[in-house]
This record gives sequence, structure tokens and C-alpha cells, in this order.
Amino acid sequence: MFELLGIPPQALFGQLLLGLINGSFYAILSLGLAVIFGLLNIINFAHGAQYMLGAFVAWMLLNYLGIGYWWALLIVPIVVGAFGIVLERLMIARLYHLDHLYGLLLTFGLALIIQGLLRNQYGISGLPYSIPPQLAGGQNLGFMFLPNYRGWVVVASLAVCVATWFVIEKTRLGAYLRAATENPTLVGAFGINVPRMITLTYGFGVALAAFAGVLAAPVYSVNPNMGADLIIVVFAVVVIGGMGSILGSIVTGFGLGLVEGLTKVFYPEASSVVIFVIMAIVLLVKPAGLFGRAA
Amino acid sequence: MKRFGILAALLASTSFASAQQLSDGVVRIGVLNDQTGTYADFGGLTSAEAARMAVEDFDAEAKGIKVEIISADHQNKADVASALARRWFDVDGVDAIADLTNSAVAIAVNTIGKEMGKVTLMTGPATTRLTNEDCSPTGFHWVFDTYSQSVGTAKSVLEQGKDSWFLLTADYAFGHQMAAEITRVVEAGGGTIAGSVNHPLGSPDFSSFLLQAQASGAQIVGLANAGTDTINAIKQAGEFGIAQGGQNLAGLVIVISDVHALGLETAQGLLATTAFYWDRDDASREWSKRFEERTGRMPGMVQAGTYSSVLHYLRAIEAAGTDDGPTVAAKMKEMPVDDFFAPGGTVRADGRLIKEMYLVEVKTPAESTGAWDYYKVLRTIPPQDAAQPLEQSACPFVKGN
Repeated sequence: MFELLGIPPQALFGQLLLGLINGSFYAILSLGLAVIFGLLNIINFAHGAQYMLGAFVAWMLLNYLGIGYWWALLIVPIVVGAFGIVLERLMIARLYHLDHLYGLLLTFGLALIIQGLLRNQYGISGLPYSIPPQLAGGQNLGFMFLPNYRGWVVVASLAVCVATWFVIEKTRLGAYLRAATENPTLVGAFGINVPRMITLTYGFGVALAAFAGVLAAPVYSVNPNMGADLIIVVFAVVVIGGMGSILGSIVTGFGLGLVEGLTKVFYPEASSVVIFVIMAIVLLVKPAGLFGRAA
Repeated sequence: MKRFGILAALLASTSFASAQQLSDGVVRIGVLNDQTGTYADFGGLTSAEAARMAVEDFDAEAKGIKVEIISADHQNKADVASALARRWFDVDGVDAIADLTNSAVAIAVNTIGKEMGKVTLMTGPATTRLTNEDCSPTGFHWVFDTYSQSVGTAKSVLEQGKDSWFLLTADYAFGHQMAAEITRVVEAGGGTIAGSVNHPLGSPDFSSFLLQAQASGAQIVGLANAGTDTINAIKQAGEFGIAQGGQNLAGLVIVISDVHALGLETAQGLLATTAFYWDRDDASREWSKRFEERTGRMPGMVQAGTYSSVLHYLRAIEAAGTDDGPTVAAKMKEMPVDDFFAPGGTVRADGRLIKEMYLVEVKTPAESTGAWDYYKVLRTIPPQDAAQPLEQSACPFVKGN
């Protein structure tokens, strides 16, 4: 059996596939951040908490109301998205005329509050959430054992990412949104309710995070820190892809998942750092990000 | 006559003061641990609650000793913990620091305690370095260490004939020490270490590491980690069919809150070495019920250990009549430990509490009769086997004797 840099190719394929799976979470979360930043100019630091809320609401639906995974996939983004809309109306909307920093601080504070409340209530070890029976088990691919559920995660997040990209870049609604970002006054003059559109966009971005949270619930532990652990990496992904670039966030999300997967094979100790090293290099060479346009 | 009364009162107060020479009149115990991160349920805020219970059960007020419990979150950062410990000792008049979950933090704070002659009651950290290279005359290692865990769990697994191991190691002081101890036990028992991988502390995703373990073909995947790292690894091992592939997991540091988080469906059959199980005898049940009423959950070995160490520390202060660190520490080593956690326990010269430990197996959902009914005790590990023999100690003041 030939080896590649001392690693058998089977192991390498396996790790690349796993990287793709982790990349799906990065992609879907950074997509939500990019949508919110691109259209609202808000750096949504509460994104991790909203992702975590997604997983928690799914757990609550199951344990308090007996509603299973598939319905949760639909209901949770709506519930958490609505919560996001309330936050936007009550607080975030007051900050649009101020510097980015204010939005960042507000959403960061909100994230700490949400995490603290859930930590107080449920502790840190996490809550069990089972894989839905339809997706239990796995496939032996020859080079690795692929759990069915992980395969589903890649498919579902790819579908959501592509659909979002399509809506924003290729439809009339998306055109309105992009126009409203460029010049809200002019778009308002055409009779389009810009503030409502912005509110709904924030709600949509939050719903994306919640969707990722439901996807994550069966594989990662449902605990109040699950978002905080991930959000910093996701921000790095957004910065590498270019702040506000939809396509950039999707491609970099999956791409960095792969890079991280490879790092875990060759030098696992560096796996938590590698993305930040890439971020530093990208910022030095191309400060607007790989897909961003210079301001 | 009145003057005599005042004189008598003065005399009485001075004689009392000489009986209890407390620095600034108060015994302050700081509970320093991870309260929000990977190890927040391992020890955490409930460990501080256990310390408060010890103060109440000691009946400090009736004895005229004022005791204060304070607590803080070290965020698993040795530098944060060191700065805080120095401030506590120097400025805030703290006499002892308890818990100290996270070995890297414990080594740092124990060294500060040694410099300043302050007592450390370490119930959460695992590394045996705390009673070897990094030992302190005023440091106490109370509950478990990497030696006890590998002797308990790893030996039992070897006895089942599973002798090739792959290690998932948390990449810091504890994980490295744990891996070294397992390697020692496995190799001494005729087994082999097929491979190992170091993962960052607090990894959300273990799939990649599990895949490497799978590829190694080892019979046992040993988890040289703790807290949510162990929970995530076990959960994801189920998903990736580690057991179907004929490999078994061996968690080295598993506490009852981990089992609670995993659920019996996932955790059943796991082996663990523990210093404490709430449902072992009447005394442990009685205390645990009180603990549950206050915190809403059953205690694990870290919480029970914090209670025990704080109680023993306070008793030693009462016996010594002072809260001076070295004096109290000497007294703690003289006195036998007497509570539900360590009945008949003794404290060795290196500061290690010597007591029996238990090898337990997690029950199946069918075997469990109620909430928190999780463990079957398979074997009691006698005190002399649970700790590294004193002759092998690398602790300078023990070797010098």
C-alpha cells in the first residue's frame, strides 16, 4: 500500500470527508454572519449563542413537548428567528447609525447573558439528544465508516447554503436587499419598506444559526458553551472569506473545514490554531479577504 | 469590683485569642476552579457549595471560629489562576485554596502556596506531579490522581485480556501525565500502546481523532482526558461505530455528571475508577441527599472531596489553635480523616490522602432503578494500591527523610 507523506490514503480520504462535515457547520454559520453583516452592517456576536439556542430549543421541544427531530428542523429556526426579530426591533435597530463597535458590544453582551442563563439552568456537561432513527447507523465506505447522520449534515447544509446564495444573488427579492444595502433612502423612495426588510433579514440570519444548531444537536453535546467554542472560528472564516461576501463565506467555510481536517492528521496539536494562522496571512496579503472587495 | 470585671474580661479575651490565633480573625478559604468551561460540572460552583456545607457541619460559629468561603473562576488558565491566588493570599487574607481542577492550574497555584506557606486542598486536579516534583509541604492532594485512575481502570481492562491501546490525550499537563501513567501500567502488564494523538483542551469534535484510533486497530481506545472532552469523545465514538468495529473505550477520569450528561443508553458498560459514589453507604447517602437539596444534583467525587478536605482543614485549625499554614498542614498529616468520604483515611507526608477507591461499571438502563442510580461497584481498591508508593516519590522533602 502506498503512502502519502507517511499517511495511508484511506486515512487521508476519511479525514478530508470529516473536514467537509465540520466545514458544513462553518459554512452555514458564517453564511448567516455574512448575510447579517452584508445587509445590516452589524457584527453579530450573538450568532454563537443563537446557534446554541437552536440546539437547546430542539432539546426542549423533544423533552417538554415530545416533538422530534424532523419537526424541530422546521420549527426551531422559526422560533429562534422570531426571537432574533424581537432583539433586532427592541435593541439592535437603535444602533444602525452608530459605529460597528456598538453593535458588536451589544450582541456580545446578549450572547453572554443567554449563555449564562442556560448555564445556570442546565449546567455545562451537556444534554443528550439522539440521532433520529431514520439516520442511525452508517455506511462502510471502505476507507472509513461514515455515520449516515454526518452525511445528511453535509447534504442539508449544502442545500441551505446554495438556496440562500441563489435567493440573494439571483432573485428579485435578493436584488431589493442588495439595493437597500447600497442606498436605503433611494430604495425606500421606490415604496419598499426598508426597515422591515432589514428586520426580516436579521431574523433569517438568526434562523440559519438555529438551523445549524439543530443539525449539531445529535452530534455535538448540547451545552451552553457550544456556540462560544465555535463562534470565534466562524468569525475567522468570515474574515478570511471577506466580510459580507455570501459566496466567500460558503466556499471558505467548507475549505477551512478541509484544511483543519488535514491538520488533525499531520499535526493535531495545531488543529485549533491553524485557521487563525491562515486568517493572519490572509489579512496581511489581502486585507479585504479572499472574496471581499476592497472598500 | 468593676475594674476587676474588666480585667477578667480582658484576660478572658486574650486567653481566647491565644487559643485561636487566626490571622485577621477569620479563616478564609477560596474555592478556585473552572466554573464556566469544560470542567464546570466536574467541580465548579457546586464544589464551593460543598465547602460551605463543610463549614456548617464543622459548626464553626459555635466554636468561635469565623470562616468565610469565597470562590472564583480560573477559566482553565494558569496565569489567571496564579494572579488571583497571589491576590487572595497577599491582599484578601485567604488562608487556603481548595478544588483547583485542571492540573496546569493546580501546579501553578500549589507552587505559590509552597512559597507563601499557604494550604492548598486539591480535589479536582489529577497529575501526580503535585505529590512528586511539584509537591509542597502545605499542599494536599485529596481525591484521585493519574496513578489511581490508571491502576483502577487500566489494570482491570488489561485483566480482561485487552492489551493493545490507542490513547486520546488532552494536550496539557494532565493529559500528558495521564498518558504516561497508562503507558506505564499497560506496558508493565504486557500490553502495547499502538498509537496516540494529542487533542486541544475543549475540542467540540473528536471524529478525526476517533478515525485515527480506528485505523490503529487497537483493542482499547483510552481517553486520557476529562470533563466535556470525555463526554464528546464517548458520544461521537458511538456514532462512528467504534464498538461495532470491535474496539472498546476506556475513560480514565469519569465522574457521575459525565454519565448523567451522556445518558445510560450511551454510557452503559463504561468502567470508571472513583473515590466516591453517593449510593455506597448510609453516611454517603445522607450527605448526598442534603447536597442534592441545595444544588439540584448528586455530588461527584470532586464535590465530596472538597467537603472532606475543607472539614479536615478546619478540624486541624481547631486542634492546632492557629491558621498558620505549615502548623495546620502538619496537624492535618497527624490527624486521621473521619467523614463519609474517607472513613479511616490518613494523610501521607507528601500530602496525598490515602483511602480506598472503587472500580465501578455504569449500569444499563434496565438495571437502573431511578434518577442518579448509575454505578455498580465491581471492586474496592485497597488504600495501599490506590496511591503511588511513598518510596517512589520524587518529592524533595519526602526523599530527604
